[in-house]
Amino acid sequence: MAKRIDVSGLTAYYGSHKAIEDISMTVEPRSVTAFIGPSGCGKSTFLRTLNRMHEVTSGGRVEGKVLLDDEDLYGTGIDPVSVRREVGMVFQRPNPFPTMSIFDNVAAGLRLNGSYKKSELADVVERSLKGANLWNEVKDRLNKPGSGLSGGQQQRLCIARAIAVEPNVLLMDEPCSALDPISTLAIEDLIGELKERFTIVIVTHNMQQAARVSDRTAFFNLAAVGQPGKLIEIDETERIFSNPSVQATEDYISGRFG
Amino acid sequence: MSTASSLTAKHPSTLRGARLPKWAPWAIAAGSVALGVGISAAAGLHSNIQWALIAAILHVLGTYVIAARVENRRQAKDRVVTSLVWVAFLLAVVPLASLVWSTVQRGVKVLDVYFLSHSMGVIADSEPGGGIYHAILGTLEQVGLATLIAAPVGVLTAIYLVEYGRGNLARAVTFFVDVMTGIPSIVAGLFILSLMLMFDMEPFGFAGSLALAILMMPVVVRSTEEMLKLVPNELREASLALGVPKWRTILKVVLPTSIGGITTGIMLSIARIAGETAPVLLLVFGSKFINANPFEGAQASLPLYIYQQYGSGEATAYDRAWAASLTLIAFVMILNLVARGIARWKAPKTGR
Amino acid sequence: MDTQQIADAPPPTPPSAAEQKRAARGATRPGDRIFLGLSRGSGILLLVIMAAIAGFLTYRAVLAISKDHGNFLTTLDWNTGANPPVFGIAVLAYGTVVSSIIAMVIAVPVAVAIALFLTHYAPRRLRGPIAYVIDLLAAVPSIVYGLWGALVLVPNLNGLFGWLNDYLGWTGIFSWQGGAARSMLTVGILLAIMILPIITNVSREVFRQVPQMHEEAALALGATRWEVIRMSVLPFGRSGVISASMLGLGRALGETMAVATVLSPDFLIHGSLLNPGGGTFAQNIASKFSEATEFGRDALIASGLVLFVITLLVNGAARAIIARRKEYSGANA
Repeated sequence: MAKRIDVSGLTAYYGSHKAIEDISMTVEPRSVTAFIGPSGCGKSTFLRTLNRMHEVTSGGRVEGKVLLDDEDLYGTGIDPVSVRREVGMVFQRPNPFPTMSIFDNVAAGLRLNGSYKKSELADVVERSLKGANLWNEVKDRLNKPGSGLSGGQQQRLCIARAIAVEPNVLLMDEPCSALDPISTLAIEDLIGELKERFTIVIVTHNMQQAARVSDRTAFFNLAAVGQPGKLIEIDETERIFSNPSVQATEDYISGRFG
Repeated sequence: MSTASSLTAKHPSTLRGARLPKWAPWAIAAGSVALGVGISAAAGLHSNIQWALIAAILHVLGTYVIAARVENRRQAKDRVVTSLVWVAFLLAVVPLASLVWSTVQRGVKVLDVYFLSHSMGVIADSEPGGGIYHAILGTLEQVGLATLIAAPVGVLTAIYLVEYGRGNLARAVTFFVDVMTGIPSIVAGLFILSLMLMFDMEPFGFAGSLALAILMMPVVVRSTEEMLKLVPNELREASLALGVPKWRTILKVVLPTSIGGITTGIMLSIARIAGETAPVLLLVFGSKFINANPFEGAQASLPLYIYQQYGSGEATAYDRAWAASLTLIAFVMILNLVARGIARWKAPKTGR
Repeated sequence: MDTQQIADAPPPTPPSAAEQKRAARGATRPGDRIFLGLSRGSGILLLVIMAAIAGFLTYRAVLAISKDHGNFLTTLDWNTGANPPVFGIAVLAYGTVVSSIIAMVIAVPVAVAIALFLTHYAPRRLRGPIAYVIDLLAAVPSIVYGLWGALVLVPNLNGLFGWLNDYLGWTGIFSWQGGAARSMLTVGILLAIMILPIITNVSREVFRQVPQMHEEAALALGATRWEVIRMSVLPFGRSGVISASMLGLGRALGETMAVATVLSPDFLIHGSLLNPGGGTFAQNIASKFSEATEFGRDALIASGLVLFVITLLVNGAARAIIARRKEYSGANA
């Protein structure tokens, strides 16, 4: 079900502040695309425009097009709620619903849509937890609250919750930045498996991580503080890290700034 | 990496759902109000409350039916909740608007300088004329004395809780301050009354002040506590590290930093007790005459005046009750506004 | 010894140096002691007042109840002037509970809805002003509510009461003989308006504290606004709403003047909420007080003691819920 994302001329605002300007790129299906860049360059904002989460923030609005296959997410008659169902998201800090059990957390998205059988639900939960490499750790305590898990497990629970509704695209906003190295490794392995089924976009601060998990890498930068962030270049990860075509990218990757 | 084009298998759009146009909620609202008024007129209902209720129910039902037909069940539910929430908001605004409107409209009838500067001395309830000078005087004295008692005790208790409070005593004080916040005003009045019965005393203004002080103390403690907690610990430590003793640190550093918030809290609590009627009714009793001495003899007070004018049941007395209400509300609102003004003016400047 | 060391230390920043030296010379200790004494004394004074309230009310109440020839809890009469005196709180307890329940049934859903309106539905620019208006509702003195209730609300309720009588009169609860709408339902409606702000304000605070990330979790799953509220906001805020409601209940139970002005009391338990009659603890004290003898006042104090205990229990429960919630959310943060 993975879909291609085609962004053209996208500009996003917070009120009157322009956060990102004129971004165009293509995200290939069944691949991992990483967004890197200095803090405040707008990579998270851009990520949130891909499932219309940006407009949830006060004053957030967007110009330009985001095509999911052939359909413009910002076209007239498009329901942002349906968009978010098709474009799942995993956040920086693991955010399982604190009052729900592990099972209910994973089932939450399905229950919203109402049409499921009870046995079906259990299957989907198991499949999703297996897909998130969490099944073996939690299968004996599915009815315990999700908040009782470790940080890394919680994050994988959130991934299970996101993939349970079978989205076309999975957005990850620095999914490992709140985790220890071992949990990070587990998530990175998981990303490698998930890309067989989903289009994955990941924002990361960690360049080694981008190099390890992604197929393509996009580098974002901003001219100065207060200026809008821009896409500098996007290319195969290997090329970005070995032989980028823009000097700024090389400077950033080699640690000369940022 | 991948040949993506082969994957774009065509299937029906899942992103596009039938959506009601943006103006739909407004149209439904207008339609249900019109229908509500229409039905009420046809059925010969006179009360505004009825047609408003009909309109509200029509609005909620209409929203659900229309949204469920055009969109889907989930959207319909979402829209129903939205309309319920709006209806609830209007439900709360209507009484307030009505209260303010009727107070102002009926209050201005007799409210003038004469009204503010004369007592009820020789005026019978059924006669026009008279005023609230004696009541204003009584309220100011009673509330002033209550503040003189409650403000220092409240602020000192808050200082104890924040700056010194550890252990069982502090925990007990915290708990009982909470409990005290919930004491009904009439119970505070009964407590002072039981003391007065003990010593066979006649009603007088200061007795009311004592009851009001009991009501005021916990409010002052709570708000002052909040303000003291906002003072950063670094500030205290910086002062203590200079060898300044703790009591001077509190007086010279902690209190000046939070004085704006503390003042606001005290003013808000004054606004609250100024409108208290029950304890004054029990302890001060009310009077038609000017009595400037709060320590002897019955006194009037503004809220009590309203109650007694209302109780007399005369149309002229109702006018005076509304005018006194307007005065009382104005007094309370001015206190509120000034208090909030101080809070804003003295608020620690943050970056935002 | 300690103070000596401080004095020996090199003086820090110049402006406070002189003051610091003076302070360090040992004059500090009495100052500290006096200040601590004063502030601790104030705290103790509060405890003493609470104890005194309970003590004196109980003392006067015992004086009255010991001479009561009725049953203080069950007698349906309040005749303190008779010989022997007969009085009981059954009618008052019933009226207080019924009017408060009506107030809660109306106020809690509306208050929660307004709190949601303020945090999730209202246009952002309107949120501040509306919250301010709600605060103003809280600042209006109860006697003004009473006056408005008696002279504006009561005449306007006739239509509604007629309706209830027509369609629900068969239940008995909503039967109405006509006449001024000065009944328990009116009192309940007025109390609901009065406790709305406190429930709204506390609920709004709780809803505002719902972490953004929980709401985003629901949003990212494709939840509608209502579903976000149901999945993230309400579960998080539930205990807060409960304690807010109990604070409101405490208010409603003890409200005096609004009830005294609106209700047309008698000393009977009525099945119908629409017919005038009944009474509440606080209203009864306010209405009977001016004509009561010393003994009659003691009897009123006895009923006040019951009210005191009830409000203590309700408020204590509300505070306990808030305190437990703090621990709970702290553990999950």
